[in-house]
Amino acid sequence: MTVKACVLVFPGSNCDRDNVRSWEACTGLKADLVWHKESSLPDYDLVIVPGGFSYGDYLRCGAIARFSPVMAEVVRLAGLGRLILGICNGFQILTEAGLLPGALSRNKNLKYICRDVTLRVENNKTAFTSRYAPGQVLTIPVSHGEGGYSCSPADLAALRDEGRVVFRYCAADGSVSPDDAPNGSLDNIAGILGRRGNVLGLMPHPERLAEEILGGTDGRALFTSILDALSGGPKS
Amino acid sequence: MTDNVSPWLEHGLSEQEYNLVLELLGRTPNYLELALFGVMWSEHCGYKNSKKQLKKLPTKGPQVLQGPGENAGVVYLGDGLAAAFKMESHNHPSAVEPYQGAATGVGGIIRDIFAMGARPVASLNSLRFGDLDDGRVKRLLNGVVAGIGGYGNCMGIPTVGGDLYFHPSYRGNPLVNAFCLGLLQADKIYKGSASGPGNIVMLVGARTGRDGIKGASFASEELSDSDRDKRPNVQVGDPFMEKLLLEATLEILERDLVVGLQDLGAAGLTSSGAEMAGRAGSGLFLDLDKVPMREEGMLDWEIMLSESQERMLLVVEPSKAAAVAEVFEKWDLLAVEAGLVTDDGNFTVRRGERVMASIPAELLTDKVPLYDRPQRVPDYYEKSKKADFSALMCHGDWAGLLKSLLASPNLSSRAWVFEQYDSMVGLNTVVRPGGDGAMLRLPGSDRGLALSSDCNSRYVYLEPRRGAAIAVAEAALNCAVLGARPLALTNCLNFGNPENPEIYWQFVKATDGLAEAAAALDTPVTGGNVSFYNEYDGLAIFPTPTIGMIGVIEHIGNRVPAGFPAGGLNVILIGESREELGASEAHHLLTGRDEGEVPELDLALTKRLINFLVAAAAGRLLRSAHDLAEGGLAVALAECCFPGDMGAAVTLDDGLSAAAALFGESQSRVLATADDASLDAVLDSLERYSLPFSVVGRTTDDGLLTVGHGSDTLRAKVSELKDAWSRALPEAAAL
Repeated sequence: MTVKACVLVFPGSNCDRDNVRSWEACTGLKADLVWHKESSLPDYDLVIVPGGFSYGDYLRCGAIARFSPVMAEVVRLAGLGRLILGICNGFQILTEAGLLPGALSRNKNLKYICRDVTLRVENNKTAFTSRYAPGQVLTIPVSHGEGGYSCSPADLAALRDEGRVVFRYCAADGSVSPDDAPNGSLDNIAGILGRRGNVLGLMPHPERLAEEILGGTDGRALFTSILDALSGGPKS
Repeated sequence: MTDNVSPWLEHGLSEQEYNLVLELLGRTPNYLELALFGVMWSEHCGYKNSKKQLKKLPTKGPQVLQGPGENAGVVYLGDGLAAAFKMESHNHPSAVEPYQGAATGVGGIIRDIFAMGARPVASLNSLRFGDLDDGRVKRLLNGVVAGIGGYGNCMGIPTVGGDLYFHPSYRGNPLVNAFCLGLLQADKIYKGSASGPGNIVMLVGARTGRDGIKGASFASEELSDSDRDKRPNVQVGDPFMEKLLLEATLEILERDLVVGLQDLGAAGLTSSGAEMAGRAGSGLFLDLDKVPMREEGMLDWEIMLSESQERMLLVVEPSKAAAVAEVFEKWDLLAVEAGLVTDDGNFTVRRGERVMASIPAELLTDKVPLYDRPQRVPDYYEKSKKADFSALMCHGDWAGLLKSLLASPNLSSRAWVFEQYDSMVGLNTVVRPGGDGAMLRLPGSDRGLALSSDCNSRYVYLEPRRGAAIAVAEAALNCAVLGARPLALTNCLNFGNPENPEIYWQFVKATDGLAEAAAALDTPVTGGNVSFYNEYDGLAIFPTPTIGMIGVIEHIGNRVPAGFPAGGLNVILIGESREELGASEAHHLLTGRDEGEVPELDLALTKRLINFLVAAAAGRLLRSAHDLAEGGLAVALAECCFPGDMGAAVTLDDGLSAAAALFGESQSRVLATADDASLDAVLDSLERYSLPFSVVGRTTDDGLLTVGHGSDTLRAKVSELKDAWSRALPEAAAL
């Protein structure tokens, strides 16, 4: 089957073209750029909500973008079980839109942080992570000013119990302590799944380390896992 | 018209300049017209104190597609691709309001780049501050870094490098020099030219408000303690607006909807309108009733001098105006038809049909009086050549001194700064910040692009001509150690008050050195910026001609890392080490003094060294290469050990004092490694290029750095050095 993917473009998105490029580099497939004013989308198999500063992140990250016409379509496609991937600002938008629980707030040091961090794969039985090994430690960059994850105790309990914490910030040896979360995230949470398992939000940027020339390829398996899930390819 | 007895004073003109205006215009200018002359003839816009010296700089070469005079210079990279790049200062605004001052500096240089039709793909910044024991300086540093990140990160343009130094001379007048580079097809360069009478002049982007009024004049004065009042002179940035403006502008350029375009920077509508008309030799009028305003009741001169950010002027054929407006509407941006290109040669300001000002454009742009200022050798110049190096010579605890140097403000890790910048967005950053230079891959090409900024202003202060030449050589070597051939440079010439003969002497000598080195290394100057009046309460900054250099490597896969990649490699010190402790970072650290002879510079040798490095990278002969700079060989060895937590065992036999061997700053030296199999080929090549060298030891993987020099030995754990190096700046900068 052909896999139809798109990357949304909000005013202020700046990782939109990067995601098209990495999706193609990892899967050999094209992805459409979709303008946020679109109010009717074809039934894409994958929608990537990219990083950036939608609407300048004025007011609150993602708070304005969630009202863009295209977001109603994203909610509709999520309801159909299509895969939705929100990265960085995309993760923030998905929480604002109610597709994922919780919120992202200012980094604990109050500064923007752009550097490689290490993540532990907490759940590889998802449509986004099947090509990773459980507990695998990945090197993936973060680049954000507001990446501290928080949520209610009830949401946290549900995320843990249902295996919906997909990535945690960790030390190079895979151990997890609060100091390993560069942004002060609750429970070191770096990425979470929605209730149905078809929506993933994460702060780190897998698209930035998906080619050897950029310094690493640990982000690559996220895209190839998605392709497997959508095309019925190999499962680990 | 003004009835002031000295109408020129208010506009920053001298009485002689006012008389020249009367003579050229053939009549008395009204208030608005005089205001236009005032800003266009300011140093910031008119370069009246610097232009004669800038003419010395080499600006031509087969690689140069666009030299100085446009929004940015453009050079050919190969494979049909070109780079538009430029550096500009935003020093005074940053001194008064660090976040917005730095942010709008970044925003302004980005607009210069996309005004050429290029998509901006990388930024650098070159920063200078006073010592960090001053709370005010800490706030300036934190504010400037946050401002650069706040603007650049939001734009999605990676900040891939830069340089940062501290010295008391910058205490009240920090330097914020922002560099941006964009990529474009070599046959699609756009210019800031208002050609074609009858074409429409469109004003697009943000509304015009009272912010930044007279910013250009503010830049042409010295700072003092009363400058808190100058806060209204500082512009306020909106990077989100600029991101929309960037995308909308690139979209209309892609669709060939525009004849010429120009960003609104210093002196706002005045300079962009006059320059566009001046370049085309045409005329142009603007109707102020059409200008979208942020506030009511702005006076004509306020509108004309406003430096509200995120605005551009476009020249559009009438048949395409509707299509342009449509694109801007898609991006939720204003685009108004604010005037027309004419053929009368005049820059005219109207209110509806009423003419408020009308001046031949060339008077504003080409008739700026140019000055040869008087020069005098400064008092300090001869005196500072003598220095007592006994503290350094007799130090003895070389490992302790190395650790102190690595933890000193000027040599410690810059990660605290560059981790606040998005350095990776765009997926082109192949060599990230923290090394000698950064490297980007080029879309659709096998080539890579190297970028570096540099200036050791202590050298320039002590010996302006050689110091400026060293800045060029150092920036070129930073590209060459990566394997890239240096191609061209931009500059930002930061000096004190040029009306002071000693400062002007520094400026003349430094531009001599810049011209000499740029010619010798075949790296033409494609543009830049002059920033005078960098003084605070009468004390001038160290003269700081910052260089932004770019270079190209044919195959990016052949790039050479700076750090030692493995143990067991041969360590080769290339270049000649001399007994040169003058102007060194080590002497400054131990004594707090800036003195001594600046190290010699042999430009012919530097050129051969560059040629060797480029050839060695192409032949994949080297495993690593790192340029020696402040702190000399010992610091360079430590820096090479850090990335891979490696070690090295080195023995020096150079006939020098231990202090000079370890910490002297002899120029044009590189620390390289080669494996055994390619060592002979490397040494043969070094001989062919007539380069002095010595194989000084081996890399190790035991994490120990050992340097033997006669009876002296430096022995240190790399992990301890790295810890000191990493922690110093975050601790010193913490508020």
